[in-house]
Formats: sequence, C-alpha cells, structure tokens
Amino acid sequence: MKVLILTIAIITALGLVLSIVLFLVAKKFRVEEDPRIDEVEKVMPGANCGGCGFAGCRAFAESAVKAPDLDSHFCPVGGNDVMAKVAAILGFEVKAKAPMVAVVRCNGTCANRPKVNEYDGFATCKVKATLYSGDTACAYGCLGCGDCVAACQFGALRMNPETGLPEVDETKCTACGACVKACPKAIIELRNKGPRGMREYVSCVNKDKGPAAKKACSAACIGCGICVKTCTHEAIVLENNVAYIDYGKCKLCRECEAMCPTGAIHGINFPKPLDKEAVKARIQARQQKAREENNKEA
Amino acid sequence: MARRTFSIGGVHPHDSKISRACAIEVLPTPPVVYLSVAQHIGAPAVPVVKPGDKVKVGQVIAEPGGFVSAFIHSSVSGTVKSVGPRKDLAGNSQTHIEIAVEGDEWLEGIDTSDTLITDIPEDNKAILDKIRLGGIVGLGGATFPTHVKLSPPPGMKCERLIINGCECEPYLTSDFRTLLEKGEQVVIGAAILKQVLGGVPCTIAIEENKPEAIAHIREVIASLEKVSPKFAGIEVLSLKKRYPQGGEKQLIDAVMHRQVASGALPISVGAVVQNVATALAVYDAVQKGKPIIDNSVTVTGECFPHQANLLVRVGTPLRYILDYLGGIPEEAAKVISGGPMMGRAVANLDAATLKGTGALLLLTEAQTRRRPETNCIRCGKCADACPMGLEPFLLQKLSRLGDVEALEENAAQDCIECGCCLYSCPAGIPLLDIIRLGKGAALSAIRARNVKK
Repeated sequence: MKVLILTIAIITALGLVLSIVLFLVAKKFRVEEDPRIDEVEKVMPGANCGGCGFAGCRAFAESAVKAPDLDSHFCPVGGNDVMAKVAAILGFEVKAKAPMVAVVRCNGTCANRPKVNEYDGFATCKVKATLYSGDTACAYGCLGCGDCVAACQFGALRMNPETGLPEVDETKCTACGACVKACPKAIIELRNKGPRGMREYVSCVNKDKGPAAKKACSAACIGCGICVKTCTHEAIVLENNVAYIDYGKCKLCRECEAMCPTGAIHGINFPKPLDKEAVKARIQARQQKAREENNKEA
Repeated sequence: MARRTFSIGGVHPHDSKISRACAIEVLPTPPVVYLSVAQHIGAPAVPVVKPGDKVKVGQVIAEPGGFVSAFIHSSVSGTVKSVGPRKDLAGNSQTHIEIAVEGDEWLEGIDTSDTLITDIPEDNKAILDKIRLGGIVGLGGATFPTHVKLSPPPGMKCERLIINGCECEPYLTSDFRTLLEKGEQVVIGAAILKQVLGGVPCTIAIEENKPEAIAHIREVIASLEKVSPKFAGIEVLSLKKRYPQGGEKQLIDAVMHRQVASGALPISVGAVVQNVATALAVYDAVQKGKPIIDNSVTVTGECFPHQANLLVRVGTPLRYILDYLGGIPEEAAKVISGGPMMGRAVANLDAATLKGTGALLLLTEAQTRRRPETNCIRCGKCADACPMGLEPFLLQKLSRLGDVEALEENAAQDCIECGCCLYSCPAGIPLLDIIRLGKGAALSAIRARNVKK
C-alpha cells in the first residue's frame, strides 16, 4: 500500500513540475503564425502539384500572405475561382487571368511521319532523348513514350494508340505545367484556352528547313511564311523555320489555317468545320483589291 | 606471377574477337565524304572553307573553336560541295563539310612513303605544335584533344605515360591489328609522347588475350633500343583480361595502383594515358607530317560474313563501308558504332565516320533483344560489377525520383557509362540508361554551382 501511494505521489509531482516547465516554454517560445495562412491553405485545391512555382499549397499560402500583391501568385489548378477566394481572405483586388490549357504541338502521327528505325531501349522520352533523335526522321517531334502522361496528376493526358501522340482532355487539364517540364523536346506549351475553347496554333516545332522537314513528316511546318503574309493581325512570327502564333494577338479568323500548305496549323473547338475554299477566295479577293489600290496610287 | 588488373568491379563478357585474323585493309576512297565539325570533345571546330573551294588531302578545313577543340583536315582531295547541317550517327543535326572526291592529291610536305623514321626531333614545343596542328584527338573513344592532355596544368607533374592497348571491349580488333602491323610506329609515337612529357617511364598495357601483340611489341622495343637510347624505358605490361580495363581510371589503377579521386584528372596521380591509335597518329603527325585523315575501323558481327579491319578516310559514309563489304545481311537488326558495351546504336546509316569511330558492329535481333524489366531483387550484382565503386541500384532509384542532391552525394557524376551494371543485372533493369540521366543532372548542378563562384 505504501509503495502504491509513493508511486502515485512521485508521478503526480513529476507531472506537475513538467507541466509547469512546458507551460513556461510554450509561452516563452511561442511562434506567432499568421492565421490567414491556414485559411488560404483551406481554399487551395490541395493538389500540391507545384504548378504555381511553389513547393506545395502550404508554401504558396505562406508566400501569398507575405506578398504585397497577388501578381506573382497564381494557382493554375484552382484558376480564377480559387484566386478570388484567396484575394478575399487577404484583402486584395481580384485580377482575373485567362484560363490556360496544355497544347501538344506535334502532328507527327504514324501516318504523317513514318518510322525510320526501331527503338528497343528503356521506354521513357527522357532516356530516348539522351540516346538519339528518335525513331522517325524528325529530330524535333514527339518521341511517343508518354513522359507527359506519367507526369500529369490530373489524368488529363493519354496516349492515342492510333496516332502515337498524347492527347489533352481539356476538361481535366489544369494547366499546372507538369507535362511542359516533362517533355524533353519542349513540344507541349501552355496556351490561352480561348473563347469557348476555340484556339488556333501551329502544331509543329520542327526547325529544319522546308524540304528536310517535309521529308520527315508530311504535316510539318516547312517555314514557308504564307501564314505570316496572310495574317492581318500580325499574330504570327516565323523563327528558325517554324511559325508561331501569338495567342494574345490572334483573332481566330482561321485564315492562316486555310492557307497552310501542309496542314500544320490547327484550329480546334470551332463550331463549324473550316471551309478552306471559301476562306481562300476571301483572302485572294482582299489581296487583289489591295494590289489594285496600290496600282492606283502608283 | 599473378597478372595485374584494376581493383574494384568489372565483368568478363565473352571475347568475340572474330576479326582478329583480318589484316588492316585500305578502303577505297568513297566518291563523297562528310566531315563533321564536332569530331572531338569540346567546342566544335569552325569551318574555314566554302562551297566551290578545291582542297587537297591533309588541308585544314576547320579551325579549333576554343582551347579544348581541334583542327579538322580534309581526308580527300576534291571540291567542297556544301557546308551545312546534316544528320549525324544519332540523327541529330550537326554542321558537316561535304567534299566531292576528285583524284587523290596530297598536300605538299606530307610523307606518304612507308619508310620508318626513328629520329625523334629534339624540340618539344615543335612536337606539341605538330600534334595540335595535326588535329590529333584521343582515339580510344573520348576524342579529347591530345595537345591539351600533353600540357599538364601548373603544379602537376607526369610520372608515367601509359599507352592503352587493352581493347577490352568485345569484338574490337583495330588496336590489336595496329599493334601487330604498325608496332614500330606505335612505339616511336610512344617515345615521342614520353619525350614531350619529360622523359617519364612508359608502359604499354596490353591484355593477356593478345599474346601475339605482346610478343611483337616486346621485340620491336628490343630492336629499337639498339637504334637510339630514346627508346629505353618503354615496357610492355600484360594485364589480366577484364572489362572495362581500357577505362582511363581503371588502367591507371591496374598499372600504377593509384586511384584517381572523384572529379580529379589522371594527371593528379601523375599519369597520362594515350591510346595505341593515338600514339600511331602522333607518329604520323610528327614524323611524317600527316594529320588525322584516316583511322582503323573494325567491321564485325557474327551475322556479318565479311569481317574486316579497314583503314577508312574520316568522313566516309557508313553505308559505303558496309556496301564495300557486301552490304548489310538480312538478319542484322542493329548497327552499333563502337563495341557492344559502350557503343551506340546507329540511327542513320547515311551518317559518316568520325575520327573516333573505331568499329561498326552488326548484331542480330536475338543478340540485341533486351530482357523484360522486373523488380530489383537486391542481389547487389551491379554494385559488385561497378568499376567506380558506385551503387547502381541506388543511383537508378534516385535518377527516377530526380533527386539531384542525393545523386551528387552518391557520386552519380563519377559514372563512366561502361555498362557493367546493366550487363550484370539479372532483373533486366536498364540501369545505365536511367543513371545516365541522373549523371547529366548531377553534372549540370555541379557546373551551375562552379559558374556562380
């Protein structure tokens, strides 16, 4: 009985002393944390994908709370909705950003781009890219091993077995940019989603000169520059034998798409299919008119 | 006496030197050659000719583009057709100089006779100049410019010159044939290198599976020693057969019992290693005034009926070589430039040979088929086989995870890409392919840090 009482007394005394020590230590070394960090983190999607450029949602929240404004913070996964909530918590003004989407800029399907050799090595694009230019004659195109599919946390990418190219599911894509980083050939680009998903882009990154590019892939951009001449909005630039459409300037008139001799320019999500002949006739009429006016002036 | 070899790792792949009896044969000059400006490690050379120019054999057509770079000479006489991008062996675009062959006119001052010149010039600076102007690069595979290797950084002293005649890769026989047929030239080349390095002792290291070469070189040294005292101090060392003995660090370990530290150069332990073919090129450049315009290439493979060791002009299209030997047999599935362990599959047969192209190996599908990959069973065979003392199973895991910091800690940057790990893996894991990625990442992290300093 004596032993029991003694034990209880010692343990109680020890507990009391330690609790006082703990209380004092907690008071002395208390870390003041901005309560808004937790609030911001709560409204974040919690994907921890790193698409915003921070190590995860918590790191994003910590940085956003300290930032003077939200210009350098944007959660691509949550988009404008989440950013509006974050801005409300932090008392900032909301600046809506146009939604983005991943775009695969390669048109080298099995039909367009014949294989010239067979790759039997380790099937990831990264390893394949360190070994050689790829199993087709195009040294710039998709390697087809699906590193981008593996990198996507949202299941928005899948390899199409028929074309051998990755396809983006726009409803699932959050534009986190993981696939952009995973692609060793820099084929995938984040582009403006466009009104009702309509967008126009050059589906090729081949920097070879026209004949070489065309030989490697029948749907390659051959750098002919017809699109640049056709475009009335100065939205297309031709650099290193490959055209690029600036989505900020593009007015979705689809004239370049109609004029492209190889079909390298793609327009998607348009309600009507492109009537190439009608657009071509329209362009020719306009150019004819311009020539006549020039002649008159001369 | 137990024969020497390097102390850690290594594997014993089957020898397969089926072309060892084929004497070196001169390949007829092709109708057109394509000379890449990137024939060496370092900055690509800068072309100094333009389309329409007439060139002779041995004429400079591209100048070094930096300190670590080399001259490139025309390997044929004729007219420059174009200077522009062309696909190399791996299918990547690279600037090539295309020359249409007309006759075979050599530049004046090049001695094309077979007379052996045993008198070595005294002036070391002139010799180094000749090596630099001859566009000599290490022909063992790494194609590092030789004159850079022969100028040790201040404070470092060379104690031994090692001539690498191991040829430890299966199938390859061009160095072996060179030793047998041009032994005198190789030994004189070694004596020249030895003199440039300050008269240090020289070891010609040859693996024991080439007894004819060992005996022949010993005879050559004995007879040359009678001609001049300059040939004293050159010895032949017979090494145990083991892959990758021809690796620079492994060879230094085998010959000198010294280990090169991680990230350090061989000169830090007092060694300079040069390949047999490089010694021959040095002889040609210094004694004959002939730059590198040709090299020996082994063309072999069990499925290939016409084994050969050919003396090929640099820039000869691969298809021309294979067609000369009767074309590619139907059962051949893969053409490899180099040996089966470290060589790379050729993606483009229209590509041309480089100074460092030592072999073309044709393999059948059965020979090249990979085993299906299964999970690592932790047997540790890869770690036993690694001649650099690394842990390939760990490095591949870290490579897959992309953990650059841990890769660097575990010395992924020291990997010599010899392929011993992949060769020994019973689970069929493509260890080297994956580790190569991690090595690249670790090296670029180290480089980025050094630039910041």
